[in-house]
Amino acid sequence: MSWLRRLAALPLWAMLWKELVQLRRDRMTLGLMLGIPAIQLALFGYAIQTEVRHLPTAVLDESRSSESRRLIEVFQNSGNFDVVARVADRTSLARAIETGRVNAGLVIPPDFMRDLRRGRRGEAQVLVDAADPLASSAALSGAQLAAAARSAELSGTGPPALDIRVRPWYNPGLRSAVYIVPGIIGVLLSLTLVLITSMAIVRERERGTLEQLIVTPIDKTSLVLGKILPFLLIGYVQITVILVLGRLLFRVPILGSLPLLYLLSLAFIVASLALGLLMSTLVQSQVQAMQLSFLFLLPNILLSGFMFPRQAMPAPAQWVGATLPLTYFLTILRGVLLKGVGLSVLWPEALALVGFSVGLVVLSVLRFHKTLE
Amino acid sequence: MSEPAWTEAVVADGLRKTFGQLVAVAGLTMTIHRGEVFGFLGPNGSGKTTTIRMLCGLMAPSGGTATVVGYDIRTDAERIRRRIGYMSQKFGLYDDLSVRENITFYATIYGLHGAARTARIAELLEELSLGQRADQLAGTLSGGWKQRLALACATAHRPAMLFLDEPTAGVDPASRRLFWQKIYALAKQGTTVLVTTHYMDEAERCQRLAFLSRGKLIAVGTVAEVLAHFHQPTIEDVFIELQRRDEGAAV
Repeated sequence: MSWLRRLAALPLWAMLWKELVQLRRDRMTLGLMLGIPAIQLALFGYAIQTEVRHLPTAVLDESRSSESRRLIEVFQNSGNFDVVARVADRTSLARAIETGRVNAGLVIPPDFMRDLRRGRRGEAQVLVDAADPLASSAALSGAQLAAAARSAELSGTGPPALDIRVRPWYNPGLRSAVYIVPGIIGVLLSLTLVLITSMAIVRERERGTLEQLIVTPIDKTSLVLGKILPFLLIGYVQITVILVLGRLLFRVPILGSLPLLYLLSLAFIVASLALGLLMSTLVQSQVQAMQLSFLFLLPNILLSGFMFPRQAMPAPAQWVGATLPLTYFLTILRGVLLKGVGLSVLWPEALALVGFSVGLVVLSVLRFHKTLE
Repeated sequence: MSEPAWTEAVVADGLRKTFGQLVAVAGLTMTIHRGEVFGFLGPNGSGKTTTIRMLCGLMAPSGGTATVVGYDIRTDAERIRRRIGYMSQKFGLYDDLSVRENITFYATIYGLHGAARTARIAELLEELSLGQRADQLAGTLSGGWKQRLALACATAHRPAMLFLDEPTAGVDPASRRLFWQKIYALAKQGTTVLVTTHYMDEAERCQRLAFLSRGKLIAVGTVAEVLAHFHQPTIEDVFIELQRRDEGAAV
C-alpha cells in the first residue's frame, strides 16, 4: 500500500488538477481546439468533393467504333468525367491538358475494337493532370472504376477484357480522395498538440508563474507530465470529432479496429506533446514557439505523404519524411481506416512511433531544467 | 534523512554569477543568522535578484559556494526547496485560478494533503484576511491583495526561511504596513527572512542590512553600523551616495 500512498502524494495530481481548471476557464483555446478539426475537415473535405466530380475531359477516339463509343459513355456516366472536347490527335490532347482546358484525356487507339473482337484485351489510356493531387486522385480511381465496370460487362467473370492504363501527368503517384480525411487527423494533431504544448510552457515562463513553480519541491516529471497530459485528452477528442464528421459528411470508412487505432494514436500524441515540450526548451517567447511550430508543420504537410505521395519524392525528401512521426502515423491511419489492416501489417510503423515517443519524452525531460537559465 | 544542525540560515562564500561578459554577482561573502529579518539593498542591477535566485536554486552559481538552512545550494537544491518560501518580483501566481485554488495548489505541491491541508488553507485565509476573496480570480485582485496571496502561497508549508524579492513594490501604504506586520509575525515564530526593497522605511525595519553595488557587497550590519560606515545621516542618503558612485563609475 505504501507505493499507492506515494503515488497519491505525487505533485503530479495537483499539477493535473490545476491545468484542467485553467483549461476549463480558457474558453478560447478550448473552442479553437474543438472547432479547428471541424473547420479544417469541412475545408479539405468539401474542396475534394467539389473538385473531383465532373472533371473536364477531352476524348481522342481513334477507334471510332461502337465499342469505343460505349466506353466513352461509361466514363461520362460515372460522374467523374465530363467530356467537354473531342480532339483529333495527341498533340492537341496534350495541349488541352497543358493549358488546363481539360484535366483528363481518354485515348482510345485505332485497333481497340478489333482487339476486343479477336478476344484480345482492348487497350485504352487515360491521361490525368495530376499537378493538383487533390483534384486528380479521385479522377484516377474513377477511371479505374469505370474501366473495371465496362470490363466486367464485356467479359463477365472471365479475365478482364479491358486494359486501361492511367497515366498521371506531373505527379506519378496514384492516390484516392478519401485518403485526405485520415490524413487530416494526423496533421491536425501535429499542429495543435505541438503548438499548444510549446506555448503552454513558454506562457508560464513569460508570465513568471514558472519561476514560482520551480522554486517548489515539485519533481520535474510531475511538472512536465502534469503540463502535457491534459492535452492527451484534447488529442483524443480531436481524433473522435474528425472520425465522426468524416464518417457523417464524407463517408470515410472505418474498416479496421478502432481500439487499435486509438491505442496507436497514443504513441503519436505522446510524441507530439514531448516534441512541443522540447521546443519550449529552445525558445524564449510564445511568438517564437509559434514560429518554430509552424516551421515544423511545413515538412509535416509536404513530406509526410499527407498531400503528396512520398514514393514520388527525391531521396533526400524521403529521408526527411522518414524522421517525422506523422509519416508513420499516416500509414497507420490509412491502414486501419481504409484498408482494415491490423498490427500484423502495421507493426513497423507502430514500433517507430513508440520509439519516437519514448525518445522524445526522455529527451525533453532531460532538456527541461528546473532553473531559469 | 537526518536534518543538519544549522545556526546560520545563509552562509555565502565567494558566490559569483556571470552572464557572458557581464558580472552580475562578483564574489559575495556573507552570513544571515537564523531568525533574523535581513534587508538586501542596492540600486537596480546591483545583483540582488540574481543572488536570491542562486540561493533559491533557480540559477547555478558560476563560482563560490553557499549553504541555505544547512544545505549546499549546488548539490542539495531540492532539499532547500522544501524548506524555503519565495516571492518573486513579478506576481508569479495563476491569474485564472481563484485565491483558494492558488493556495490549494501550492499547499499540495508542498506536500500537504487531506485534513492537514484543509486546516492550513483555512488558517492562511484567516491570517491574511483573504477569506472574503477566497473565490475571486487572482487576476482580478489589486496589488496589495495579490501580495498577500503570494505570501500565503509562499508560506503554505511553514518554511524555515523566506526570500522576498521586492515584495511591496507598487503596493499602497496600508497594505505595506500590514505586509510588514505579517513578516514580523513570521520572524517571531522563528522564520528567517531575506527581503529586498527600495523603500527606506522598510530598510530601517530590518535587523541587519546588506548593501550591494555592481555585484559587490559594500557594507553589512545593523542600520547604525551601516550609517557609521558611510558617514551618512539616513539610509536614504547612503543609497543616494551609492547610486552616485555607481553612475560616476559608469561614466
